[in-house]
Amino acid sequence: MIAHLAKRLGILAASLAVASMVIFVVVEIAPGDPASYMLGMNAQPDTVAALRAELGLDQPKLQRYLSWVAGMATGEFGTSYTYRAPVAQMVAERLQVSLPLALMALLLAMAIALPAGILAAARRGRAADAGVIAATQIGIAVPNFWFAMLLVLLFALKLRWLPAGGFAGWDDPLAGLKSLALPAIALALPQAAILARIMRSALIETLGEDYIRTARAKGLTRAQALRKHGLRNALIPVLTIMGLQFSFLLAGAIIIEQVFYLPGLGRLIFQAITQRDLIVVESVVMLLVFAVILVTFLTDIAYAAVDPRLRRR
Amino acid sequence: MKPTLLIGATLTALAFGAALLSFAWTPFDPSAISVPDRFQPPNASHWLGTDHLGRDMLSLVMTGARTSLGVALVAVGIGTGLGVPLGLAAAARHDGWIDQLIMRGNDLVFAFPSLVIAILITAVFGPGAINAIIAIGIFNVPVFARVARGGALPLWRREFILAARTAGKGAARISSEHILPNLASLLIVQGSIQFSLGILAEAGLSYVGLGAQPPVPSLGRMLADAQTMVSLAPHTAIVPGAVIVLTVLGLNLLGDGLRDRLDPRLTRAPA
Repeated sequence: MIAHLAKRLGILAASLAVASMVIFVVVEIAPGDPASYMLGMNAQPDTVAALRAELGLDQPKLQRYLSWVAGMATGEFGTSYTYRAPVAQMVAERLQVSLPLALMALLLAMAIALPAGILAAARRGRAADAGVIAATQIGIAVPNFWFAMLLVLLFALKLRWLPAGGFAGWDDPLAGLKSLALPAIALALPQAAILARIMRSALIETLGEDYIRTARAKGLTRAQALRKHGLRNALIPVLTIMGLQFSFLLAGAIIIEQVFYLPGLGRLIFQAITQRDLIVVESVVMLLVFAVILVTFLTDIAYAAVDPRLRRR
Repeated sequence: MKPTLLIGATLTALAFGAALLSFAWTPFDPSAISVPDRFQPPNASHWLGTDHLGRDMLSLVMTGARTSLGVALVAVGIGTGLGVPLGLAAAARHDGWIDQLIMRGNDLVFAFPSLVIAILITAVFGPGAINAIIAIGIFNVPVFARVARGGALPLWRREFILAARTAGKGAARISSEHILPNLASLLIVQGSIQFSLGILAEAGLSYVGLGAQPPVPSLGRMLADAQTMVSLAPHTAIVPGAVIVLTVLGLNLLGDGLRDRLDPRLTRAPA
C-alpha cells in the first residue's frame, strides 16, 4: 500500500509539474503584451516599459515561471494586471457564486438522475426504462446555454417567477438562490442525463453479480436485493463520475455564466482571457487542473484502500 | 433495423443533406438583408421565419449546419489521425516507455477543463473556424488514443497476430494490416460520439463569439444573435437550437445503433 501510495504521489507531482508548464507556455505565446493592453493604444514606450518592469514581465521567462509556481505552492497566486487585486481574493469572491452554483447543479442532477437510473434498471426493458433512455438521449443532445435561453424565456420573461440574469448577492439569501436557480437547472440537465445513464448501467451490471443471485436464493425479492446489495455497489462508479463532474461544473459554467451575466469563476476566466490578464488565466486554470488531478488521485487511493487487487497495477 | 438506428440515420442524413444542399441551393440568399421582413414567424414563404435582419432562417440554418458539421468533422479527423497511431504504438509496446508516456499524457489532457482550454486557444490564436477546429481536435486526440490502445491490447494476444509475428512482420505492419481493421467498428462508434460532442463544442464557442466569424453563418452565433430578442421573436432562438439538438441526437442514436449492430455481445445488455 505504501509503495502504491508513493508511486501515485509521484504521478501526482509529475502531472502537476507538466500541467503548470503547459499552461505557462500556452499563455506565454498569447500575442498581445499585457502592459500595452492595459495602457491603451497611445501609451508612451517608456510608460509601457515601466509597467512591464512593475508587473515583472521584463524578467526571463524561466524565472517568471519558477516564481509563479513557487507562489502557487505557497498560496500566493499573484496580482491581477487589470483589477490590481490579489488573484486569490478574486477567486475567493467568484467562488461565492460558482461554488453554490456547482453545488446546486450537482444536487439537482443527483435528485433527477439517481431515481431515474434506479427506475430504469429495476424496470429494465419495459416502458419506464425506454422513457428514461429517451429522456437521457435528449438531455445529452441539448446545448445547456440554449436550454438556459428557453428557461429564461419561460420562467423569467413569460411567467416572471425568476430573474433573467445578474446576481443579487448573498445579503438576501433567498434573492441569491433565486438568481442561481435557472443557471443551476440549465447546468444540471446534461449532467443529470449522463449520471442517469451511468447509474442505470452500473446497477444493471451489479444486478448480474453472483452475490445478487445468492441474495435472491436466500429469499430476498428482486427489489429487496436491489436495495440491500445492488445500490451500494453500483454507487461506486456513480460517485467517481460525480466527483469529476463537480470540478468541471466549477469552470464548465463558463458559457452559462455568460448567458446569465453571473460574476462567477467561468466569467472571470473568460474576461481575463479577453483582457490579456495572463496571471489570472494561469492561476485559475492551474487551480482547476489541480482540483481535477487531486480528485483523480484521491479516488485512486480510495479504490486501492478498498480493493487490494488494484494496488499492484 | 432497430427503430433508434433508423431514426439516428435519418436525422444524420437530413443534417448532412441540408448542409451539402446549401452549397448548391438555399430557398433564399442567406446573407440577403431585408429589414421590413424581419421577425416573421414561420410562414408559407419563409418556412422557419426570418431573423432580426429579415434573413431567411431556413437558408441560415442550412449554411450554418455546414459550418457546425465541417468543424466537428475535421476535429474528429484530427483526433483519429493523431490519436489512433499513438494508441496503436502504445499497444504494440505495452508497458514500454512509449506506452507510459502516451497514457500519462492522456491522463493529463483529461485533467484540463476542455471548454476553458478551447476558449483559451481560440482567444490566443484569434477567433475563427480553423482555430475552433484545432481547439476541439486537440481534445479528441487522447480519446481516440485511449480507445485504439484499449481495443488493440487484447488483439495482440490473439493467435493470428502471433502468426503474423512468426511470419516476420514488424509491429508497425501488424498494427496497420491486422490490428487496425479489427478496430474499425470501435473507432466508428467513438467517431460518432466525438462528432456530436464537437458540434456542441462548436456551438458553444460560436455562441461566445470565438467560433466562425461573420459573414460565415453558424448555429451558435445565430443563438447569440437571438438572445436579446428571444421575447420578441422566440423562433429566432428555438430554430437554431432545435437544429443542433436534432443533429446531435441523430448522431448519438446512430452511434448507439451502430455499436449494437457491430458488436453482437452488447445487443442483449444495453449499458
